[in-house]
Amino acid sequence: MWTWFYQLASPKWFYQFSNKLLPWFRAATFILFAAGLALGLLFSPLDYQQGNTVRILYIHVPAAFLSMFVYVLMALSGGIGFIWRIKMAHIVSVSCAPIGAIFTLLALITGAIWGKPTWGTYWVWDARLTSFLILLFLYLGFMALHNAFDDRKTADRAAAILALVGLVNIPIIHFSVEWWNSLHQGATISKFEKPSMDADMLKALLTMIVAFQVYFVTVLLQRVKAEILLREKLSGWVKKLVTNQ
Amino acid sequence: MAMKPHRKKRLTAILSSVIGVAIVVALVLYASEQKMNLFVTPTEVQAGKAPVDRIFRIGGLVKDGSVKRSSSSLLTEFIVTDMVADIYVTYDKIMPDLFREGQGVVAMGKMNSEGVFVASNILAKHDEEYKAPEVLDALERAGHPVDRTKSKSEGQE
Repeated sequence: MWTWFYQLASPKWFYQFSNKLLPWFRAATFILFAAGLALGLLFSPLDYQQGNTVRILYIHVPAAFLSMFVYVLMALSGGIGFIWRIKMAHIVSVSCAPIGAIFTLLALITGAIWGKPTWGTYWVWDARLTSFLILLFLYLGFMALHNAFDDRKTADRAAAILALVGLVNIPIIHFSVEWWNSLHQGATISKFEKPSMDADMLKALLTMIVAFQVYFVTVLLQRVKAEILLREKLSGWVKKLVTNQ
Repeated sequence: MAMKPHRKKRLTAILSSVIGVAIVVALVLYASEQKMNLFVTPTEVQAGKAPVDRIFRIGGLVKDGSVKRSSSSLLTEFIVTDMVADIYVTYDKIMPDLFREGQGVVAMGKMNSEGVFVASNILAKHDEEYKAPEVLDALERAGHPVDRTKSKSEGQE
């Protein structure tokens, strides 16, 4: 168990391990997206009030969920890197940022497209939408701060602290619709209650959430691999890998 | 837990700064509670909590049977309710598609001297329920009448 844990922290081992995992994750991404999109676009019913507009939800909800999930992962691995000085943890944290930012942007854009026909506006400064916009700025701030330092170690640590402090925003996003009056509706799926959603819609939505998760792991592993090569470019195994191919 | 002193120090530094920031944010949000709300409820308006002579938003349900549309113009009159207090609202532009009786609504505008809320903008509030029309049909066939325009748990504080 401990050897595995130490191996995980070794860039070389992680690189080779990612190579083994990636084909499986790529295949799973493809299958899950095919299934999720088919369920969402063809085999799920119209909403009784929104009609076809409801289908944006199969992109919007997974994207929004992933943006928050990726942020927590980014902050926690940054924190682990900061406290225990583990190189791999910082590599994961830094690799998370652009992916999370794209998911956040996707959630904001799909939300706006859904908002216009449903609410009557693309944007409103309510608590949910505003806190979610702040999440995008946190991601952008993380990347900007990391790029601002020439020394990679300083950059890793500074960005990790920003990410950890920004964690405060995650519960605010989640509970914003309960704490304040907002235009955005409350949560449909909750762990403790029966979801207030048609079963076929729920099936499509859950498949899409898993598809987004698996897609995220695939892209993360790719980015982590690239980051490892960049950071370990002077080490023997990377030189050998590059010259042999 | 056996943790080296310098790591423990870093952990304490991180935890205390995160907790510190969380407390600051919590206090700021608590202090600006009214500003964080997108709208006020009819009960709050009647209690005098709404701004006077200023544009603000009210939110609640469109009361059943209260919508009156003018036959010659776009003017619509309706009542926004939170099941405790009612506010008369007038609006003379195109309504959003989801504007219905029993449905949540957020109206932006001003109170006039007669206590009628003159809206300059109306947003429909969607609830967290997603249903297929077939399900409602089936419920009706099974002898359970369904109000297709009604939704629950809206406009609560």
